[in-house]
Amino acid sequence: MKSSNEDRIYSDGNKRENREGLRAWLNPSRYGWERISYWLQRLTGVFLLIYFVGHVIETSSLVDGKDAWNAMLELTQTTWGHLFLILVIGTSTFHSANGIRLLFTETGRGLGKPGRPDYPYSPVSLNYRQKSGIWIALILAATAMLYGASILFAGE
Amino acid sequence: MTALLNIKTRRKKLERDEKKESTLESSRKVVHLRVYRKNPKQDKSSHFDKFEVPVQRWSTVLDALLHAKGYLDKSIAIRYSCRMASCGSCGMKINGIPRLACYTKVSEIDGNIITCEPLPNFPVIRDLVGDFSDFFEHHSAMEPFIHNQNADIVDENRLTEFIQTPEDVENYLQFSYCIKCGLCYSACPSVGSDTRFPGPQALAQAYRYVADNRDDATQSRLNIVDNKHGIWRCHFAGSCSVVCPKGVDPALGIQLLRGHLVNFSKNDKKLAESRTRNLGKT
Repeated sequence: MKSSNEDRIYSDGNKRENREGLRAWLNPSRYGWERISYWLQRLTGVFLLIYFVGHVIETSSLVDGKDAWNAMLELTQTTWGHLFLILVIGTSTFHSANGIRLLFTETGRGLGKPGRPDYPYSPVSLNYRQKSGIWIALILAATAMLYGASILFAGE
Repeated sequence: MTALLNIKTRRKKLERDEKKESTLESSRKVVHLRVYRKNPKQDKSSHFDKFEVPVQRWSTVLDALLHAKGYLDKSIAIRYSCRMASCGSCGMKINGIPRLACYTKVSEIDGNIITCEPLPNFPVIRDLVGDFSDFFEHHSAMEPFIHNQNADIVDENRLTEFIQTPEDVENYLQFSYCIKCGLCYSACPSVGSDTRFPGPQALAQAYRYVADNRDDATQSRLNIVDNKHGIWRCHFAGSCSVVCPKGVDPALGIQLLRGHLVNFSKNDKKLAESRTRNLGKT
């Protein structure tokens, strides 16, 4: 007779089997605005980290003198450079605004109170205050990008 | 005269039955089931089998699957029991979203093709049946029972009644409705990448007991969840609450539990305890 442990061959030593992994992070389409916000917060976070490394390299060129600094600045004076900077403005605005929302949310603020669930169930944590926060963060990011574009492309 | 009346009544009944029959006929249709098939004991690879199944307006996905199992391929492995969203056995990914097969009507689904897959984040035992061992290990790690030093099961004289007001009950009631179906666990992106993360179900259960004023092990439960693979891995994607079939709202429980950890909560439990003490005095 088999022991119950033998029947567990599927999971023993193979806990990662059937895990969604990165696919879960990268697919925001199935679960509503909160999942989209989670996805955007991750993407913007990774993008800003890459930008931060590039920014450190860029500013460190100062130690090589004025010419090296100016050469580095030239990179951002092209159309692609401007588009990149507009993306930086948008991602940093969204990441900050949504991050402030999450600071409150992830400590239980603004979520509502537990209660007796009645059918059809509507989770109080996914309320319109949260959704509005996400929409406001998106609108702020779009506005900041438009303002940035109007300044960066003004001289062209 | 009576005979004539009888004939008329019978004719009317016949007409009614015919009408009923035609309504039934029009409510019937055929759906195409795509069922995930895998038997790790025989073969590591997986594939989808297709079945044409007749369904009616009120058929659930579980009904369709059981029809396929009963009449088309008896080797399909499905786990189910109550057929009324109480046991939490028939969780599966239906058209990309974790749902209970018995709680999902075929008519709710767009299109004529229903794709049934095992729940993500659970190792596959066979076909649509996942291994819940890790899930239950995480659940039991939260010590899902009431700790109370005042409850003595040996000395009868020390046995006391735990008095709770309806407000005290509402602090944790919704979290106690969890049927452990695993849908939240499979929808969570953090569970998808961290095997040591307890997942929304276990964390919501931890909050269920933290919010219960009969329980006096708040600090030890907070210690259990307060580690780098614990509660801090939740980033409030909210998907657990979206898929929960019982309105438990695990995301709410997790955020409130984190509020306790960082001392941001209003400490409902202490308030409730003082209320209970006052009740006991009166």
